[in-house]
Amino acid sequence: MQRRYFDYAATTPIDKRVLEVMIPQIENNFGNPSSVYSFGREARKSIDESRDTVARVLNAEPKEIFFTSGGTEADNWAIIGTAFANKNKGNHIITTSIEHHAVLHTCKYLEKHGFEVSYLPVDEYGMVDPEDVRNSIKESTILITVMYANNEIGTIQPIKKIGEIARENDVYFHTDAVQAFGSIEIDVKDLNVDMMSISGHKIYGPKGIGALYIRKGVKIDNLIHGGGQERKKRAGTENTPAIVGFAKACELVTENLKESAEKAIELRDYMIKNILENIDEVRLNGHPTERLPGNVNVSIRYIEGESILLSLDLIGIAASSGSACTSGALDPSHVLLAIGLSHEIAHGSLRFSIGKDTTREEVDFVLEKLPAIIQRLRDMSPLYNS
Amino acid sequence: MYTDKVIDQFQNPRNVGELADADGVGEVGSPACGDIMKMFLKIENDVIVDVKFKTFGCGAAVATSSIATEMIMGKTLEEAEKLTNSMVVDELGGLPQEKVHCSVLAEQAIKAAIKDYRSKEVK
Repeated sequence: MQRRYFDYAATTPIDKRVLEVMIPQIENNFGNPSSVYSFGREARKSIDESRDTVARVLNAEPKEIFFTSGGTEADNWAIIGTAFANKNKGNHIITTSIEHHAVLHTCKYLEKHGFEVSYLPVDEYGMVDPEDVRNSIKESTILITVMYANNEIGTIQPIKKIGEIARENDVYFHTDAVQAFGSIEIDVKDLNVDMMSISGHKIYGPKGIGALYIRKGVKIDNLIHGGGQERKKRAGTENTPAIVGFAKACELVTENLKESAEKAIELRDYMIKNILENIDEVRLNGHPTERLPGNVNVSIRYIEGESILLSLDLIGIAASSGSACTSGALDPSHVLLAIGLSHEIAHGSLRFSIGKDTTREEVDFVLEKLPAIIQRLRDMSPLYNS
Repeated sequence: MYTDKVIDQFQNPRNVGELADADGVGEVGSPACGDIMKMFLKIENDVIVDVKFKTFGCGAAVATSSIATEMIMGKTLEEAEKLTNSMVVDELGGLPQEKVHCSVLAEQAIKAAIKDYRSKEVK
């Protein structure tokens, strides 16, 4: 059976050109980058070059880039590290109700350790109001953390504006750009961010690698303790092949960003329009225009998301849902509840994410099959009256 | 994660629908939880002569409802009342741990439908 992948927001296949630069690293460049002899120096050189590349694509300085095990570690580090390093200044953190769990659960953890966290609401499109951020800042505020773009509904936040407000008030600003990076242009200087998390496997790079941008001068504690790697800020022997692959992926994904975004937007809008026109009682989740190029998220009334995913999987289509049944939790996605959906509507959510390899033929296949799948499930549903 | 039997019951569910002249109807679950099961029973001389279901829920919810209807079809009420959720799970060849509650709903829906029938009978 031919399989069609529509879950690029979950993870992406590795770009062959990334794999090509990684293989010689795995085969030959095994030295410990901290060693003084040539084996070590060669590995060190690869890491230094990779750091230069990542810095260049973000418009940062190389010494502001710190490699981590991925986006989750970068988020944990940014939040816990600044909270503990600045706790004599204050104990208040501002975030939003739609953050990724890597941010939300980290904030919950800090609440257990004496920090106070404000979880800002979002509007029906999942947009944070920068004025809410401004009004929540108080004397004790030490950190604002707002995601660049939401992973479920794709809404792109006014990061630059929030960054301005943070600067005016002398509060650190972190953004989780894991989902945004590689889909929209990012310039850390222009955005007024102090810290930013990015990840390799969302941009056709390897898994288990990411980075935290830390603007020079930011006061932050270490999260991972041990050796003196990453300028004594992040211990652990560097994963040279993953770092090299990650840098290559960063380079490739930003190279053709404009064209790939345009192509994705065209497919995205075609898909959204078609679903809304051809299926009754469906709503689009997220902002109609301020959304990630590859994100399609709809709620389909009277049926439950996992049963849609299962039906799609049986014909080779891979998608995702915010229903509780897909996560093993009782509640549906916190993001869908935050934009005001009822539990019932949230359970019927369906996300298709489009990537660089998605074709019109694949989209057409989904659009052709989806109505019958929905009708079959609705005919079984006690909530549906035809 | 699902057995072939679960997939088969989900893909080709048995006894989907409603019975306009049902003698007992049972509905359990809630849309908020993401699972609703509704069972319709036709009963003659304390024997289930027909059964239909409608389910809002995940693949496991559909599969457990479907197989439960097969397991009680033609059975006496006394036998049907003895159906437990673990019998439903066994019949499906197992369910992932987080889906076991679906089988509980199936058991409860049948019990609710029988209770509905008995409450009408008394009157």
